[in-house]
Amino acid sequence: MEIIRIKNLTKRFPMGKGEFTALRDINLEFGTGEFAGLIGPSGSGKTTLLNIVGSLDVPSEGEVFVLGKSIGNLSSREAAQLRKKNMGFIFQSYNLLQVHTVFENVEFPLLLLKYNATERKKMVMDALEWVGLTDKEKSKPPQLSGGECQRVAIARAMVKRPSLVLADEPTANLDAKNSHHILQTMEKLNRELKTTFLFATHDDKVINYLHRKIYLLDGRVDNEEIVEHSQIIQS
Amino acid sequence: MKLALKLAYRNLMGAGLRTWLNVIVLSFSFVIIIWMKGAMTGWDYQAKTDMKNYEIGGGQYWHENYDPYDPLTLTDSHAPIPGEAKNEIDRGEMLAVLVVQGSIFPQGRMQPVIIKGIDPHQNILKLPTGSLDTVPEAIPAFIGTMMANNSRLSVGDYVTMRWRDTHGTFDAAEILITAVFSSDVPAAEAGTIYIPLKKLQQMTLLDNHATILTFRDSDISRPELEGWTLKTSEKLTHQVDEMIRTKSVGQNVLYGILIILAMLAIFDTQVLSIFRRQKEIGTYIALGYTRNEVVGLFTVEGAMHALFAAVLATVYGLPFLLWQAKVGWTMPIDTSEFGMAMAQTLYPIYTVGLVVTTILIVFITTAIVSYIPSRKIAKMNPTEALRGKLQ
Repeated sequence: MEIIRIKNLTKRFPMGKGEFTALRDINLEFGTGEFAGLIGPSGSGKTTLLNIVGSLDVPSEGEVFVLGKSIGNLSSREAAQLRKKNMGFIFQSYNLLQVHTVFENVEFPLLLLKYNATERKKMVMDALEWVGLTDKEKSKPPQLSGGECQRVAIARAMVKRPSLVLADEPTANLDAKNSHHILQTMEKLNRELKTTFLFATHDDKVINYLHRKIYLLDGRVDNEEIVEHSQIIQS
Repeated sequence: MKLALKLAYRNLMGAGLRTWLNVIVLSFSFVIIIWMKGAMTGWDYQAKTDMKNYEIGGGQYWHENYDPYDPLTLTDSHAPIPGEAKNEIDRGEMLAVLVVQGSIFPQGRMQPVIIKGIDPHQNILKLPTGSLDTVPEAIPAFIGTMMANNSRLSVGDYVTMRWRDTHGTFDAAEILITAVFSSDVPAAEAGTIYIPLKKLQQMTLLDNHATILTFRDSDISRPELEGWTLKTSEKLTHQVDEMIRTKSVGQNVLYGILIILAMLAIFDTQVLSIFRRQKEIGTYIALGYTRNEVVGLFTVEGAMHALFAAVLATVYGLPFLLWQAKVGWTMPIDTSEFGMAMAQTLYPIYTVGLVVTTILIVFITTAIVSYIPSRKIAKMNPTEALRGKLQ
């Protein structure tokens, strides 16, 4: 099933008196359960594309459909609903709520979706179990390591079992061991829950895990590569 | 809203000291405002009660020429007690008072006084008139503490008093001070000597005459009496209201300063929050909040300071306010010199209206002050906010 469809997407930003084109004529499609990544150097447009898919930004030209909804035509309330119900976000710097506990951070999306306390408790504990942090539920982010923070962010993104998870440079602040750990966690969740993962990265460690690699250069799709399952296992 | 309250609570609790500093300042405003307003209400109540008890009763009829601020009118401000009033006087529901000018000579000094003739058996005013019925061999008189202090007279002292009768003839006699009362009502005490009404009527040849008819506090509608002016207790205490209102203006400035101080702290925290918590704002939006909902969350967060402050104010303020209501606030200076009905110790009175109004004012002001800087969030670009980039 198609989750994301991008048609002739162009994104421009005002810059001084002129404009800067961050994305040019992008055409892509992503289906359910993909583990794909937008790869490219800084300034290639991967984060911009991820933001548009995440309905945090809108296209200048072309159309982007996420779960059948045209991002450019959504009101801010509809866009918020789409994010709330169907999307999970994982950020480079974790973006956890610093004064909330691990439990409360993971619980947050469920509060927005108005789950009752019993359901929330069970779902949060399940999510923390996926990422191996059940013993840290009462800790606050400043008491956790970078790897643990990112695992909390994964649990927060996954707790509502969204159709799509968008991860922007999720390993940029992590060492190799932690990077592999969280990538294995995400891959496992992708496999078990059939959640579509879309990464924006230039980290080789992440790239090695991807099943589909889309190379961006200067705002255009430069190359695309599908990796066979056997190759990933080998890697 | 429920979610905003829950999140705001978590955020404020998580912010720790920053929250509590604001809450302490705000709670201080709550307590001070309620205490000072309570003191004003207490003063108002005490002043009116004392005036009713010692001076005006439930209201008065004044002889049409009577002007308490012009002693020269006293010569002509008396008339025979009207027939309509006699029954009430006999039943003890009304009190006739004759007011004339005179002088006393304590320690050889001449001091002008107002001589008031009053029925020794009255019970409308709380004056010690019973003491006027105890000395048959002299003219008994009682005075207020203020007068006693000024003339250095005390119970048992004799002093020469001079007056003029209705024909303008001067006469003098010794009076005996039989009681000294304390009332906190300057008009009842300052420069005033009370003697039996009948005696004063004899002394001035004004048999059956009176200047003031004071009636008991009741709901009876009072008719107009020819030659007399009806002064209800509301009219007679109007000056107290005016004075309290004037004092309240000055006090309101102080409340304003207190609230502004507290609001500055809240405003500063909000502005700082919006700058420091850009990434958090972006995260809320990414997780499914609209920008307006984030504005709402920050506004609730700011306004919740007032809620915490109300709780804290209850914890330490309630015992303080109750203690003050019990022991009162003793003025550091002698209030008898103020020239108005003011007790040396003020007992604050806190009404439900006062507490509710204060809480509402502080709540609404806090909410507005929290909302103003939060509006900036509505204009934020979430992608920039997510990166923590200042906007």
